[in-house]
Amino acid sequence: MSTNVSRIAAKFAELGARKETAFIPFITAGDPTLAHTRELLFRLQDAGADIVELGIPYSDPLADGPVIQAAALRSLAGGTTIDRVFDFVRQLRADGFHLPLIFFTYINPVLQRGIDSFFSEAADSGADGVIIPDLPVEEADEAQQAARAAGMDLIPLVAPTSQNRIQRICSQASGFIYCVATLGVTGARETVSTFLPAFVASVREYANVPVAVGFGVSSGEQAKQIAAYADGIIVGSALVRRVQAVAEAMEALDEQLEQQRLDEFSSFAQSLKAPLRGNL
Amino acid sequence: MLYPDERGRYGQFGGKYVPETVMSALHELEENYEACIKDAAFIAELNELLTEYSGRPTPLYYAKRLSEKFGGAKIYLKREDLNHTGAHKINNCLGQGLLALRSGKKKVVAETGAGQHGVATATICALLGLECTVFMGEEDIRRQELNVFRMKLLGAEVVPAVSGTKTLKDATNEAIRYWVEHVEDTYYLIGSVVGPHPYPRIVRDFQRIIGDEVKSQIQKLEGRLPDTVVACVGGGSNAMGIFYPFLDDAEVRLIGVEAAGEGVDTERHAASIGKGRPGVLHGSLTYLLQDVNGQVQEAHSISAGLDYPGIGPEHSHLAYTNRAQYVPITDEEALEALHLLSRVEGIIPALESAHAVAHAAKIAPALPADHILVINISGRGDKDMPTVMEKMGRDSV
Repeated sequence: MSTNVSRIAAKFAELGARKETAFIPFITAGDPTLAHTRELLFRLQDAGADIVELGIPYSDPLADGPVIQAAALRSLAGGTTIDRVFDFVRQLRADGFHLPLIFFTYINPVLQRGIDSFFSEAADSGADGVIIPDLPVEEADEAQQAARAAGMDLIPLVAPTSQNRIQRICSQASGFIYCVATLGVTGARETVSTFLPAFVASVREYANVPVAVGFGVSSGEQAKQIAAYADGIIVGSALVRRVQAVAEAMEALDEQLEQQRLDEFSSFAQSLKAPLRGNL
Repeated sequence: MLYPDERGRYGQFGGKYVPETVMSALHELEENYEACIKDAAFIAELNELLTEYSGRPTPLYYAKRLSEKFGGAKIYLKREDLNHTGAHKINNCLGQGLLALRSGKKKVVAETGAGQHGVATATICALLGLECTVFMGEEDIRRQELNVFRMKLLGAEVVPAVSGTKTLKDATNEAIRYWVEHVEDTYYLIGSVVGPHPYPRIVRDFQRIIGDEVKSQIQKLEGRLPDTVVACVGGGSNAMGIFYPFLDDAEVRLIGVEAAGEGVDTERHAASIGKGRPGVLHGSLTYLLQDVNGQVQEAHSISAGLDYPGIGPEHSHLAYTNRAQYVPITDEEALEALHLLSRVEGIIPALESAHAVAHAAKIAPALPADHILVINISGRGDKDMPTVMEKMGRDSV
């Protein structure tokens, strides 16, 4: 373990002291352009996001539903590469983006980079953690070592089907534990699964780090319900759908509409954070 | 060394790179599979279906006219095309169908490229009373109308995969996503020796009957082992099935034939071993067509069954350790071989299998008359007639 407290751990500690739940938005880097991603990240920072997840696009995103798949395709079509994302984050930090930042990507791009190089370059760019949804704990030894060496958190996922795997996953966790709220891929859902409170409680039994919930969270109302028992709420597809609206306005060369869509993105982000403030 | 090891690895290849949601299901599958193959009743039921339903054993046929035409090696054809549904795919589907039943699953999901595995899956689902959903790339649905109709006729639901390249790779992504969502009541019936452990092993084990039969048939016919075995490789299930029983017979040369499409020096081929690098696709580490950033590249072959950017991890291991050789055959060479086998032996092979015939045509003439060469005719060519007509011209024959 690193002796320094990670930026992610520090953020959860700070929120815990204020009895706040972390709002952790996800967007895809380069969707529709890196310039937009920059704008969106600063808007998230202003809207009260606590930690951000930034997707590095991959051609075959097995864990993602149609909304985030489409975002990855838009980004790849625009020529986004890992190199560009690292440079982008470095610049973002230089320009005053101060929230903890987590890369969300798949194992193959990481392997092609070299696991050690990926983690050390990611850390060097200014990122704090990595989530790799197709890297179960059985395959994660090398990545865990690389993350530790680079002083980064490798955040594991726990699913409703994990059952007797929960203990092992939690024992390896750093940063926080990502509880997958539904069976299935990422994507907005209308309702919160009834098993979720018990599931999160079962994860907490073994967790030494905060527990956040994602997959399917799409409204402030849902966020509020989940905040009763989780330390953080991750929202992806519902936000990315609003990025898609920005992309469509850009495609249509309608600057006024694009501005309006950006503002809608911001106000939606605010509506997700508002119920998480001091509600416990 | 017996592969896979306990981590599901074939040397450095294989493994389980899948979302956490299905990890428990893979573990359960492994346990159910182990229990089934140790159960004499399961094996007896499977063998009865293979014999009575699919028509096994398939013949090992001495292709006298083809051997004379090549003027070299003595050629035998393993006639997997004579199976029910017209290809080796049914061997695996019967095994996994029974496994699904034994696992208490009433629903099956599968992916398909050209539709051969989809048809075989729909067939066994009809036979065993299972509910069947097949994902098929939107592009392939358009190209393989007849197989889509066959699947529907057999009672399956065919769902278009509209993501990515809209072909087999994306149908597999969609089938896995569907499985993640329905993992509690659905069995994922994968069609080749690909995917996360234990699938490559399960499919190999259900396909090894091809090689086991060849081994005993050639003993009876020639009193010895063959010198060379040639099979086409997409994901690689027919090749793995015929190779596996010979892996410890070092004197038997094993040759896998990859689809070179328009040529391995073009952008349009499916030669994962020839031109790929190790990477992860569909849950396992294997040779993969990808760009420098690890984005998976589109494969191309005239044969939809070989049109896949990855390959089974055990093939990667056999290539890496030089136990098997992997060679390329172009679309054009495969078409010529299809034409040749049709004219010389009266057997119209699938375009996939024609790749194996084409490579045999290259090496057989230089081999001595006592060299025994077995070609796996993995499927029949009926399904390919529209493609062949289009490529060769309706009046070319």
